[in-house]
Amino acid sequence: MTVVLAVIVGLLYGAGTYMILRRSLVKVIIGLIFLGHAANLLIFTIGRLIKGSPAFIPVGAETLSEPYADPLPQALILTAIVISFGVTAFAIVLFKRAYQTVGTDDLDKMKSTDELK
Amino acid sequence: MEQIIILPIIIPLFFAVVMLLFWNKVHLHKYLNLISGLTSLIVSVIILSFTISYKIISLQVGGWVAPFGITVVSDLLSSVMVVITAIIGFSTALYSIGTIDNQREKYLYYPLLQFLLMGINGAFLTGDVFNLYVWFEVMLISSFVLLALGGRRGQLEGAIKYVTLNLLSSAIFLAAVGILYGIAGTLNIADLARKIPLIDQKELLSVVSILFMVAFGIKAAVFPLFFWLPASYHTPPVAVSAIFSGLLTKVGVYALIRFFTMIFTHDIGFTHTILLVSSALTMLTGVLGAAAQNDFRKILSFHIISQIGYMILGLALFSPLAIAGAIFYIIHHIIVKTNLFFVSGVVKRLKGSYLLNEVGGVYKYYPMLGLLFLIPALSLAGIPPLSGFWAKFVVIKAGLDLNQYLVVAVALIVGLLTLFSMTKIWNEVFWKDDPSGDNKNVNEMYESLTTTKKFMMYSPIVFLALITIIIGFYAEPFFTIANDAATQLLDSSLYINSVLGLK
Repeated sequence: MTVVLAVIVGLLYGAGTYMILRRSLVKVIIGLIFLGHAANLLIFTIGRLIKGSPAFIPVGAETLSEPYADPLPQALILTAIVISFGVTAFAIVLFKRAYQTVGTDDLDKMKSTDELK
Repeated sequence: MEQIIILPIIIPLFFAVVMLLFWNKVHLHKYLNLISGLTSLIVSVIILSFTISYKIISLQVGGWVAPFGITVVSDLLSSVMVVITAIIGFSTALYSIGTIDNQREKYLYYPLLQFLLMGINGAFLTGDVFNLYVWFEVMLISSFVLLALGGRRGQLEGAIKYVTLNLLSSAIFLAAVGILYGIAGTLNIADLARKIPLIDQKELLSVVSILFMVAFGIKAAVFPLFFWLPASYHTPPVAVSAIFSGLLTKVGVYALIRFFTMIFTHDIGFTHTILLVSSALTMLTGVLGAAAQNDFRKILSFHIISQIGYMILGLALFSPLAIAGAIFYIIHHIIVKTNLFFVSGVVKRLKGSYLLNEVGGVYKYYPMLGLLFLIPALSLAGIPPLSGFWAKFVVIKAGLDLNQYLVVAVALIVGLLTLFSMTKIWNEVFWKDDPSGDNKNVNEMYESLTTTKKFMMYSPIVFLALITIIIGFYAEPFFTIANDAATQLLDSSLYINSVLGLK
């Protein structure tokens, strides 16, 4: 399972990097979303995948017995998902406004702020 | 007593929420913003004085013991940064009252400013890497909105580049946090500082440290990663560019300093050499970029990049003196840079343009404004006895001590080129005659301002110029603080003991 997830993470990073280099605004957004997902899955995988042993101390025992699933990476991912949800929503609205104002979705044509005057 | 160190986060949050409760009473926002700025300033100075006498103050939020809970820590570096944030927050509050238009105020400009300050203070005070990520996001989302607020073409184009690259940096940061947790099993900075030296997989650590370097490098606008900055910083209103230019990139520099002194010191020859090369290139490209520009604020934006190079240089040299120099440089730079942006805003009001060939003759009728420009401008270039001279002196002295003659030469040349850019602005804006032929020619935007608004515009400039002069003529205490902060960073045992409650 770890190998499968590792491959998926790699694919998402590759696809995200490719998409973010495109000139179209929509594709850049999709690329950002891919990169965010890749980071989340990476944390999930790196937290070690352990099935069916939650981090509960059994009755009568003093400490946890190995192996147990670490709940912290999942808490991190949950926070990161919420944040990326909000930020992506904002970015989509921003990109839409930019498209309406500038009249193009081609990033190469959005360089009025970089030109020397 | 230690509860006080969470106040710089709580105060802006409180005032922002109050403003949102009275969201349609815009005139109230201005006063609340000002009160918040003043309270933050007082509280942050108290925190600094506590931190000076008690060394390091840490607070375990919710009573969860470190490293399991979230820790808020105030060491000297953090508390100094919080004081400067409060100074800039207060100045921007004043300047905003003088310059921000009604439309933006209605669309919640002031609460956003408070949320931005909350995020920045949170990033400075947190003692946990994931928490740092969260504060970065708080800061970023507020800055996104502040940048795009108004919706003019330039703003939106700038915002797209700013948002895309910062989201990319956040994704890299997040991945690095995940891998770091996988290696070390903890995200508490003090715990990391203790555990990282015991880890065998040095190669993996180097990979993670480079991921962090790239993530923070994008935010700090370091050499190959700075292109979002000159594309976006000159587009929003001056008050917004001023607070961005002063504080946002410096949060990135702060994070770099924190990580590459306390956590990633396992392979200095590798990581800090990369930093050294990139700092020299940052200085050069920034200053050369500025030389080509013809827009007041774009010149200043490019100079942010070149100045970031000096701070990274201090970190990369990695001697106690060099890091003290980097911290001193941050203190000096934030104040000077914000002030220069404020001045550019006044010139825009006076003459109606940021373009150097469209303005002129300001000195003839506003000689005091010329003086107020000269103080931060000469300080930026490093002319003694102003604050920039001491900042550059310390960093360059540290470079000479370590026989790094090449980067020292670059730093000195860049200082000269900075002076060239500043004299260019001086010649074009203040000395040459107004292109319309009449130096008295003043834009109606300035004439229509009430005296109160003019006062609100000039007072932060005078305030920051005074601080620049004080740092220049009375550099000793500031340098002592920077030096002590550097000592605390390099010998992290005090920090670790305070946070983890050892001994």
